[in-house]
Amino acid sequence: MDLSIFGYQFMQNAIISTFLGGVACATIGVFVVLMHLPFIGVCMSHAAFAGALLGMWLGFNPLIGAFAFSLLAAAVIGPLADRGELSPETSLGVIFSFMLGIAFLFMGLMPGTKAGALELLWGSILTNTRGDIILLAVVAVVVVGLVVIFYKEIQATIFHRGMALAVGLPSTVILYGILFLTGATITASLRSIGGLLIFSLILNPAAAAYQLTYSMKRMFLLSAGFGVLSGWVGLLFSYLFNIPSGATIVVTSSVIFLLAAIFSPKRRVKRWQEKPALEKRP
Amino acid sequence: MGTTVIDIKDAVVSYREDVALRGVSLKVESGEFVGIIGPNGAGKTTLLTVVNGLGKLLSGQVWVLGSYLTPGNGHALRKQVGYVPQVENIDPRMPMNVREVVMIGRYGLLGLLRRPGKHDWAIVDEMLELVGMSHLARRPIGHLSGGEQQRVAVARCLAQEPAIFLLDEPTASLDWKAQAGILALVKQIHDLRNLTTLFVTHDLGALPMACDRVVLVKEGLIWREGPPDKLLTDENLAQLYDMPVPVVKKRRGEVI
Repeated sequence: MDLSIFGYQFMQNAIISTFLGGVACATIGVFVVLMHLPFIGVCMSHAAFAGALLGMWLGFNPLIGAFAFSLLAAAVIGPLADRGELSPETSLGVIFSFMLGIAFLFMGLMPGTKAGALELLWGSILTNTRGDIILLAVVAVVVVGLVVIFYKEIQATIFHRGMALAVGLPSTVILYGILFLTGATITASLRSIGGLLIFSLILNPAAAAYQLTYSMKRMFLLSAGFGVLSGWVGLLFSYLFNIPSGATIVVTSSVIFLLAAIFSPKRRVKRWQEKPALEKRP
Repeated sequence: MGTTVIDIKDAVVSYREDVALRGVSLKVESGEFVGIIGPNGAGKTTLLTVVNGLGKLLSGQVWVLGSYLTPGNGHALRKQVGYVPQVENIDPRMPMNVREVVMIGRYGLLGLLRRPGKHDWAIVDEMLELVGMSHLARRPIGHLSGGEQQRVAVARCLAQEPAIFLLDEPTASLDWKAQAGILALVKQIHDLRNLTTLFVTHDLGALPMACDRVVLVKEGLIWREGPPDKLLTDENLAQLYDMPVPVVKKRRGEVI
């Protein structure tokens, strides 16, 4: 077998980065899937993209811009989710399109070459530096650490925010904590995976895990596993066929979801529930 | 009975433009079983949320279990107040089983950084036994029927070992048999533990008659309160629900 893939420094960096990014994104994904907030993640990743472009245009660190903008988005979106409005989708759609609009506005205003900006859009995991890896490692450790430490509070909040509040848990603080972590994860992975693609790495592994288990602990583990697997398989394809890594990672995660959905035991829920009632009927 | 555990004075609560409660005063004594009855939008649910500090007061005072409610002490109070909200749809794929959901009731008491131990699981299993749900303990919560989920909600509340038990239309949208089952269970628990219970209901059959006292709520005010047999006359209910007396008579006849 050709092991030359492990020989290059940039490849080693990419393998470590996809591991860390995969774990962090897929863990965040469990919140997004179980709390039914997919649109919020899309909004925040595009806000981060717009913030990074603002940084590039005005000449400050794009990551600071990305983090500030995703937190800003969380501050606007949080109250919508918290009030439990019937359809926050309309407001989210407006925020989403606004973020995309100003992102391209900043890109247009930016003087000179747009290569750096496009790189943020598509991601370039193969150029990850030691600094990127350290940032990803810090975020991954913080995300996983907080989930382990506050597992019961998080579990209750995911199950039902109102109920968690009614038993005396600070579920509003936890909701905003989750949004904050989402912003941090998106920011740290922005350069590697890219603003357009990051959200699939958040959503797909968790959505796949959601198809396969009725245990929340197992869902976190499966999701993280799928996240890392998507990253590594995607990298391999990218290396073998010389195609963009962000795209192969996202396509791999989508295929994993598709397989999970096809083989999901939960597809049989309906029939399984109806059966006893049918048997009882005279 | 005897000591006052809930004392609401002139509570005013508003959501956006609507005033949900417009100056409500109510005292509840320890061990009392109080039924709260009234039309939709009358402020019944809000009255319950005032007791556990989830409803935000515009003015007035609420004194519960020995202290006045302030914006800061709500979390501490809610650990002692069990709350069964209205039936809500639970995601059928939610990755949690019945036992884990009942354990949520103990999370507030456990406090941050502490994990449930053997003692907590023993209480959870005891409560599942009490509500007759032991055989479903390992089922995914989303697979249960509406009536079963309400029994689980009651077990979750009891796992909290509350001093006050609040129930918000726990029988709404359940079939007749499941309704009767939940009502009997709540009454049984009240009698067994002498637990102060506030029960919001639309049901005008068996349960209100079992209450020590009923409170009729209309348009954000307590319209009348007193013993159920004197208060729940066809004439009073006709006025409460804005329906002609013969219609109320006919409907109640059907229920009983």
